[in-house]
Amino acid sequence: MNRSTLDLWVGIFVTIGVAAILFLALKVGNLTSVSSAPGYHLDAAFDNIGGLKLRAPVKAAGVVVGRVERIKLDPQTYQAIVSMKIDRGYQFTKDTIASILTSGLLGEVYIGLDSGGDTQMLADGARIAKTQSAIVLEKLIGQFMFDKAAAGNGAAPGASNGPAAASAGSGTGTAVTAGGGK
Amino acid sequence: MSVVEPAAVLPTCPTEIAVRMTGVWFGYDRRRPVLRGIDMAIPRGKLVAIMGGSGCGKTTILRLIGGQLRQQSGTITVAGQDVMALDREALFALRRRIGMLFQFGALFTDMSVFENIAFPMREHTELQEELIRDLVLMKLNAVGLRGAAQLRPAELSGGMSRRVALARAIALDPMLVMYDEPFAGLDPISLGIVGQLVRKLNDALGITSVVVTHDIYESLKIVDYIYFVAEGRIVAQGTPDEVRQSKDSFVRQFVDGEPDGPVPFHYPARAVTEEFA
Amino acid sequence: MSAERRQPQASGAQRMPADSVTWALRRVGGHTLDSIERLGFAARFSVAVLMHLPGAFRRLQLTLREIYFSGVLSLVIILVSGLFVGMVLALQGYEVLTRYGANESLGILVALSLVRELGPVVAGLLFASRAGSAVTAEIGLMKTTEQLSAMEMMAVDPLARVVAPRFVGGVVSMPLLAALFSTLGVFGAYLVGVKLIGIDSGAFWGNMRAAVDFGHDILNGFIKSVVFGIAVSAIAVFEGYNARPTAEGVSTATTRTVVASSLSILALDFVLTVFMFRGVGVGA
Repeated sequence: MNRSTLDLWVGIFVTIGVAAILFLALKVGNLTSVSSAPGYHLDAAFDNIGGLKLRAPVKAAGVVVGRVERIKLDPQTYQAIVSMKIDRGYQFTKDTIASILTSGLLGEVYIGLDSGGDTQMLADGARIAKTQSAIVLEKLIGQFMFDKAAAGNGAAPGASNGPAAASAGSGTGTAVTAGGGK
Repeated sequence: MSVVEPAAVLPTCPTEIAVRMTGVWFGYDRRRPVLRGIDMAIPRGKLVAIMGGSGCGKTTILRLIGGQLRQQSGTITVAGQDVMALDREALFALRRRIGMLFQFGALFTDMSVFENIAFPMREHTELQEELIRDLVLMKLNAVGLRGAAQLRPAELSGGMSRRVALARAIALDPMLVMYDEPFAGLDPISLGIVGQLVRKLNDALGITSVVVTHDIYESLKIVDYIYFVAEGRIVAQGTPDEVRQSKDSFVRQFVDGEPDGPVPFHYPARAVTEEFA
Repeated sequence: MSAERRQPQASGAQRMPADSVTWALRRVGGHTLDSIERLGFAARFSVAVLMHLPGAFRRLQLTLREIYFSGVLSLVIILVSGLFVGMVLALQGYEVLTRYGANESLGILVALSLVRELGPVVAGLLFASRAGSAVTAEIGLMKTTEQLSAMEMMAVDPLARVVAPRFVGGVVSMPLLAALFSTLGVFGAYLVGVKLIGIDSGAFWGNMRAAVDFGHDILNGFIKSVVFGIAVSAIAVFEGYNARPTAEGVSTATTRTVVASSLSILALDFVLTVFMFRGVGVGA
């Protein structure tokens, strides 16, 4: 094995090795997008973050602009404080709304940012004032049943049977609308 | 034509006595010493043989001289320097002035013959490639293998690889060359060649040679002095003539090749009557 | 000097004494002490090798040669294995994902499995068997034929000239091989998933790119492969350098290299995975 052949093979080996690493970084991974780009931090407080996890995407208009970096519980307000790292190229207005959304029905949970019309922008470390918590399925169902019950009991306590009762009647009506029932 | 002397090498040994061993005790396992009080003085420019049965510690002596092993007690000086007292730098500097021929050659199998001999030159000198080429070919010429320069060690016969190893041992013109069983396993012709080379190089280059061997016949032909080692001690010593005429029972057994004598035939065992009762 | 400690044997086979419990305990204790002593010895050896690393870079030609022997000669097995692993992953993964209607996530499944785990680990195991054992055998054989001794006597430190270049060769080759393994795996999955089964190519690559994070997945996988490379190379050179200078000694050392390397890779993989991928759920 003379020197030049050896050098050639080692050169080929190192070249394809590095090419493989680059391929993985660019084609398989998302090197060209946010992750290691410089960014700034924004905080937001939510009543309920639902299934939001660390490193979940932060999107504006469906485009990924950052990642969730930290999730903590505020011991005084019992709210979840979420810290996000936003790509330096994107600025958001002071009246931006941060909502916790799900992509698709059973998809991943992410934070969506909706800009407002304010002239001032959020600075590094600022707190987003308006937030919308996650929609928790159990609460939604509970809400639905409560609404149903409330609509069933609808008008004055006296009007036990009425058009409102009839319209809300569908099956579950009897127990609720039967005067003096249970 | 003046040859540039490699800076790290002195042509001859500065002291009268090249190697002196005094009261050396050594054992790989502390409880069982292999050498029990060796006293030896090897004068500059002489060819000395260390002889004894297999496993008596002859190779150990070479390793002690070269600093690969450290004796438990006693001193060993090479060219006046106490080997054990040397630090790494000094030990390496000393080793550059010592050549060693290992049993069966120990050539580097991943290099050609040429590169094997060029190895110490490339490692220890700043000589240019053309000069190294000339030096290597000169060394090979001295052992008669200049035409084999491009062969690989695997392609050499036993005698040839021994000669290449010899050329490598003298690559840097050392002041002391040690030979570990240089005659082992050689055919009569190669034996004669190696023996002659050892003698000629010793005289031509003014080096001191220490040969560890149990080939009595060849040794008596070429050496200046012989030490006999048995059970860790020097049991006899003398010039070849003294040895030939010695009345010492050990020397006689060794020289005549007697099966039984001071070195017993039977390995220690129970009495015959007990064994076959 | 070898660290062997042998009990003086009675003539004939070693008999089990009546109180076999104490005997068993003594054997276990002896082996444990031997292992610890060996570990300490290995640590000192590793430090010595590390101190000779600058020497390896000065002898660049030697190191390049070792990269060739460790890396280039392992290419075939790594590339072929990577391809097949990727293809099998795609087949198996598709079969399961289809049940949840999630077959467009096949790319994500394959890419993450390979980049985070299979790439470094399987490539590491293959590397240990092929290159690690070769290095051990080579150094062990040099020791048996007294080449290392000869080098020492010629005032050339074998650690600098023989061991360090092989160590560097292994450490440099391993991450490259792991990356190649993962790449070929993804390609194999693409062949099976898109070409054979018919998943949409855009969905395959798009979902994959969205889910595989450079810093979190690829970089961590790379770090793993570097760590594995260091472990395998260190074990390989150590076992070779300290092999008993006989035929069985070299063979034992080679076996030890493969076994110890494989176990180390798997253990280190666990430790690294815990540290790297711990925070995937909401901070526990």
